[in-house]
Amino acid sequence: MTETNASLLDRAAQAAARSTPEPVARRVRGLSDKGVAWLFIAPTIVLLLAINIFPLIWAIRLSFTNYRANRPNAEVVNVGLDNYRRILTDSDIWFAMQTTAHFVFWTIVLQTLIGFTLAWLIDRKFRGHAFWTTIILVPMMLSPAVVGNFWRFLYEPQIGLFAYVVSFFSGIPPTDIQMLSSVRLAPWAIVIVDTWMWTPYVMLICLAGLRSIPDYIYEAAEVDRASNWRQFWSITLPMALPFIMLAVLFRGIENFKMFDMVNLLTGGGPGSTTEVASITLKREAFEKWRTGFSSAFAIILFVAVFGLANIYVKALNRVKSR
Amino acid sequence: MKSISKCTLGLASALLASTAIAGSAQAEDLTLCWAAWDPANALVELSKDFTAQTGIGMKFEFVPWTNYADRFLNELNSKGKLCDLIIGDSQWIGGSAENGHYVKLNDFFDKEGIKMSDFVDATVVGYSEWPKNTPNYWSLPAFGDVVGWTYRKDWFEKPEIQAAFKEKYGRDLAVPATFAELKDIAEFFQGREVDGKKVYGASIYTERGSEGVTMGVMDVLYSYGFKYENPDKPYDMEGYVNSEKSVKGLEFYKALYDCCTPPGASNSYMGEGIDAFKSGQVALHMNFAFTWPGLQKDEMVGGDKVGFFANPAGPDGEKFAQLGGQGISVVSYSDKQDAALQYIKWFAQPEVQKKWWSLGGFSCLKAVVEDPSFPASQPYAKTFLDSMAIVKDFWAEPSYASLLQASQKRFHDYVVAGQGTAKEALDGLVKDWTEIFEDDGKM
Repeated sequence: MTETNASLLDRAAQAAARSTPEPVARRVRGLSDKGVAWLFIAPTIVLLLAINIFPLIWAIRLSFTNYRANRPNAEVVNVGLDNYRRILTDSDIWFAMQTTAHFVFWTIVLQTLIGFTLAWLIDRKFRGHAFWTTIILVPMMLSPAVVGNFWRFLYEPQIGLFAYVVSFFSGIPPTDIQMLSSVRLAPWAIVIVDTWMWTPYVMLICLAGLRSIPDYIYEAAEVDRASNWRQFWSITLPMALPFIMLAVLFRGIENFKMFDMVNLLTGGGPGSTTEVASITLKREAFEKWRTGFSSAFAIILFVAVFGLANIYVKALNRVKSR
Repeated sequence: MKSISKCTLGLASALLASTAIAGSAQAEDLTLCWAAWDPANALVELSKDFTAQTGIGMKFEFVPWTNYADRFLNELNSKGKLCDLIIGDSQWIGGSAENGHYVKLNDFFDKEGIKMSDFVDATVVGYSEWPKNTPNYWSLPAFGDVVGWTYRKDWFEKPEIQAAFKEKYGRDLAVPATFAELKDIAEFFQGREVDGKKVYGASIYTERGSEGVTMGVMDVLYSYGFKYENPDKPYDMEGYVNSEKSVKGLEFYKALYDCCTPPGASNSYMGEGIDAFKSGQVALHMNFAFTWPGLQKDEMVGGDKVGFFANPAGPDGEKFAQLGGQGISVVSYSDKQDAALQYIKWFAQPEVQKKWWSLGGFSCLKAVVEDPSFPASQPYAKTFLDSMAIVKDFWAEPSYASLLQASQKRFHDYVVAGQGTAKEALDGLVKDWTEIFEDDGKM
């Protein structure tokens, strides 16, 4: 640092000191570095406590009561573990969990397969690949509300494009292709939409993984006369695996709590065929107003997601450290 | 100089006075909360007279039906001051009375000479009383509504269609007298070509999210002999809700859904029904009476092309219909209760109620609906009267939301998803409702 620069900095520091009001400066002067650090992060911590931790603790507390938000004057009775017992023995809740598992499993399988394939193709850097990348990314940029409504019309058996396209290739009359009304097809209808919307997201993460593989590894493989297939299995897939696993983690967590798209497409129907856990939770909390019961259900879901995600992250770390 | 001073003084006084008037009008502005639908627009028009007479401004908070209950029940539960007046659904009355959301109106009615006997009895029980059949009033019947049917009169009158129907069923194609006849008509039209277009039998309620499928199923079950409870032992539902007659009624509803609805009509309620009828897809259309003025006026399917009829009879000749509609209440958390009561007093007047009907609002005042000229006043007026004479309503207990969600699930699972049998659905419903009443300490 030159002398001129140093004197400039000194002058700036003195000016800052002069501009600090004396009482504040005096007060701050007595604080340690740790104290100042706490002072800076305190507002964030207070905010986090107020909007994250407090509601969580409050929900845990409510989960042991019979509280109903629509009966503010009713006596709140402590019911112990009764809400948890009822949830874990409720066949409808287990059915909703199975529906959620089906949705999560198939969306992850399809999105990972298609997403990785697209990333691998885009990584070839063919002519116009940037344009196609942008086109592929469009669905994930849309709002789930827009996508839900949009696909509801596409699935319409009388006027929807989807039914006409399927009809064109299969010869089945379009009015018989009732994607959202059929018990058999409705679960797949939501899997298709979610895959359409979120495969680009998986593709992006996989693409980042593929682009992080140094070229010299492939060059070395070429020198060793490894086939393309061998290069893929021995270099590409293992090195991109942590990225693929990360994408699976993100999509898994997101789809476990999927609400908006399913609500717009089927509302959980027909019957309860597509009623995923979050829709059941919303019905219990805001339609039946069983606040205590739904708090217990929310806690169970939270623990399930948190627990599974933790196990998965440990597996991910193991893969990364290999 | 003197004149200038006078002028200045006058201007200042005028400014002061106008500010004061504006301030007081602002303070007295009332907010009325209701659903966003055609009758709400009619009420906005009608309320202009109230503002003109009293100087009290009216603001409106209208929420679409799909969010209506969520939005306003949240508002009431959080003791919000958004609504001074609320036109709440008939089933909210129990909860709103017991939880102190509504102002009890008995003293006010006595003081102002408003008699509940001046209103259609079913609407008083349905919209105003809690507990039911006791003289405890929490609202003034505001909008009478009931489930009924519209049909394509022009299709029914086509000679070739009449001939084909007679050949198939051995009787004339006419407004059905029984539900069995209604199903025959729906089956007859299902997939038939009319005016070069493929049409379908009937649009019925199948919606899962709010109350749709329950309103539709109940509308049929009542006429099949369904009862909510043992008349001698409240909340005793075994053998009533799941009686053999109820099972037959539910089986009928599923059969009607399976045979005769348009493709994809698995989540259909008021809006979807209107769309199906207006687009010329269906011959028969189940919907609340509030839809009738709009359909009557419709350029494509209205006028002479549309006809109306009340629910047909069940197998034993019984005829009932599902009550809709709402009463108007004063919200107990409002700071403007006096002005809100003034609005109710104004709204209860016969001349206001007459205008309400003429604008498209279904008045519940006997002076309006029992007027000799009423049945001929609109093509649907007589059907409305006939339907209002046979109404029944869903539970209006404080736990109505839980009771409704249970029936929504049981009915949709059976009718639309085809899971289990009608008996299993109704047995399950008895189990669910019993649990809810046990939780409430009523059993």
